[in-house]
Amino acid sequence: MNQQEALIDYLLRLADNGLILGQRLGEWCGHGPVLEQDIAMTNIALDHIGQARNYYQYAAEIIADGRDEDQLAFLRTVDQYRNLLLLEQPNEDWAYTLVRSFLYDAFNYECLYLLKSSTDQRIASIAEKAVKEVIYHRKFSSEWIIRMGDGTEESHLKIQTALDDLWLYHAEFFEMLETDLLLLESGISLDLPSIKVNWLRHIENVISEATLRVPSELAYQSGGTRGMHSEHLGYILTELQYMQRTYPNMTW
Amino acid sequence: MVSEPINIRSQVLQILERVTDPEIPVLTISDLGVVRGVEILGDDIEVTITPTYSGCPAMKEIEWGIKTELLAAGFPNVKVITKLSPAWTTAWLTEAGKLKLKEYGIAPPDQDTEDKMSIMGSRKSIQCPQCQSNNTELISQFGSTACKSLYRCLDCLEPFDYFKCH
Repeated sequence: MNQQEALIDYLLRLADNGLILGQRLGEWCGHGPVLEQDIAMTNIALDHIGQARNYYQYAAEIIADGRDEDQLAFLRTVDQYRNLLLLEQPNEDWAYTLVRSFLYDAFNYECLYLLKSSTDQRIASIAEKAVKEVIYHRKFSSEWIIRMGDGTEESHLKIQTALDDLWLYHAEFFEMLETDLLLLESGISLDLPSIKVNWLRHIENVISEATLRVPSELAYQSGGTRGMHSEHLGYILTELQYMQRTYPNMTW
Repeated sequence: MVSEPINIRSQVLQILERVTDPEIPVLTISDLGVVRGVEILGDDIEVTITPTYSGCPAMKEIEWGIKTELLAAGFPNVKVITKLSPAWTTAWLTEAGKLKLKEYGIAPPDQDTEDKMSIMGSRKSIQCPQCQSNNTELISQFGSTACKSLYRCLDCLEPFDYFKCH
């Protein structure tokens, strides 16, 4: 793998994370528990998709094979997606949706905060923009964890169950792949294990305020960033890619 | 053709005053601070804009608005460049823009820069644009568009949009 291939892989990872979580959150459109939360979900989804678009545009320029950001988003196969496994997990209910966002928002914030100083100017400028949005995401999901954890017996149980289930996927955040190691040398990417300290501090503070407990770390699941996905991603893509697959090259 | 870049620039800037934000039509893109630069390169005009939010769906329409208005004024060769850095902030909203927002019924951002205190949890009071009361509460951090949150006035009981600090 050379530097350019690594950069493309890295950009697609950043972009796919945004696209897939954005698509998942967008599934709440018209189904939110109350109108305000329905709107919040779609607002946040829009931020993620906007950020993804910025990364796809950059990736398309480097790939330079005639594909644009839409083709990268809509016309790849399951094994070509590089998103974290956590983000493709189903919405299930409000608790699962919020825990998924809570774990990721805190990670995304730490990453973007550091990517503002990436030696790649384009990534740095995308991050500079995105981090301001993600501050709001992190606040939103954290507050909901506290509200539900320190809420009723039922809401507490639901959020703890979701936390116990989804905890399986957080370790993948901090896995260093060949891409990360290669780009780290030139200051483009991040030293992910070192981010974990700040991430965990935020997660533990919120969990403690929410009267929940941090799940024990027995096993973990990873593979998404290497293109090995759960069956859920195939179903997401079926819906996400429907228009382009049915009416190839259609535009608005 | 002998051009006078300075005159053309001020003419272009005036024309850009006609381009409004499709989601908040009371504001021009200049009020918003979205226009970051105008370059006159012979017959070509380059307008640099910056999005308010990464996923702002209005950007494409703003680009078309710029091109259409300039075309109508006799400038066919217009290139619109989108620039992300430095990132847009509510501090770039002009005073005239803030006043227009308030008259329109949207509470303008109450501080020039990102308010870390409010983002990290402590409350701040936002003035109701209808009755000017400070006795208001946040309903939701996310409102009808990416740049607004939803508040409620506890005196006149009207809900209202707040253009959030960013």
